[in-house]
Amino acid sequence: MAQEIAAQDTRDVTAGNGDANRRAMAFTPSVDIFERDETTVIMADMPGVAPNDVDVTLERQVLTLRGTVNPDAPEGYRALSSEYRVGDYVRIFTLSDEIDQAKIKAEFKNGVLRLELPRSAETKPKKISVKAA
Amino acid sequence: MLQTVFSPLSTSDPFADMRRMQNTMNRLFSGARASGQSATYPPVNFWAGEDSIVMTTELPGLGEEDIELTVKDTMLSIRGTYPDPESNDDIVWHRRERVGGTFLRSVELPFRVNPDHIEARFENGVLTVEMQRPEDDKPKRIKIKAN
Repeated sequence: MAQEIAAQDTRDVTAGNGDANRRAMAFTPSVDIFERDETTVIMADMPGVAPNDVDVTLERQVLTLRGTVNPDAPEGYRALSSEYRVGDYVRIFTLSDEIDQAKIKAEFKNGVLRLELPRSAETKPKKISVKAA
Repeated sequence: MLQTVFSPLSTSDPFADMRRMQNTMNRLFSGARASGQSATYPPVNFWAGEDSIVMTTELPGLGEEDIELTVKDTMLSIRGTYPDPESNDDIVWHRRERVGGTFLRSVELPFRVNPDHIEARFENGVLTVEMQRPEDDKPKRIKIKAN
């Protein structure tokens, strides 16, 4: 992950080795997570990913963010110098609250994924009255 | 504000390799490739063509209107300001890893570029700038006459 390989080489290597290796090469996107009212907002940087190539799954409490980057080497150009590398993004979170799946909002703009995860009504704290015997 | 004048293409900076290695190590240990802490932001990639050069850089979360590109002779400058993160009294922050603030980076190009023939695109958080070498700056082939 830390080796300095030109972006093109990285792709060739991953393409030849199937899905498993491709995942191993994935980057961890930087995220901002904050909570407001009853909603958790997650913003993840995935530059270079087209909106259709973003994949968000929520299974039980495991939230997986995935972004696939298409090779964007300009045609007829060769790499001259490389300070950053290009690759897919994967990040997995475990959510502590039950989420209302029907009300999840996801938006992708300028390479940033914004997810709004509202807490479901059942998990909001309920007061339990204790009866005296 | 981060200011960088080191060029990724010049050989005059003896510490470039060391710094790059340090960045690589930092990235390895942090697991992320966040570059906000490094001295050079944003990192840029260069691609060379016949008589043109392409620069790409990742600026997620910015809009076209937040980026200012200027070119003078062989110096290309990228300036930008990230929008302020949402702030409110009732917000509870859990993680804050994304880059923010203002940056300025100047990059030395390998040749003078024609300022009228620069094409800049911003798509999915990636800025791509294609620059052409001006006609009068191209190396000219000189015919050798035989007697």
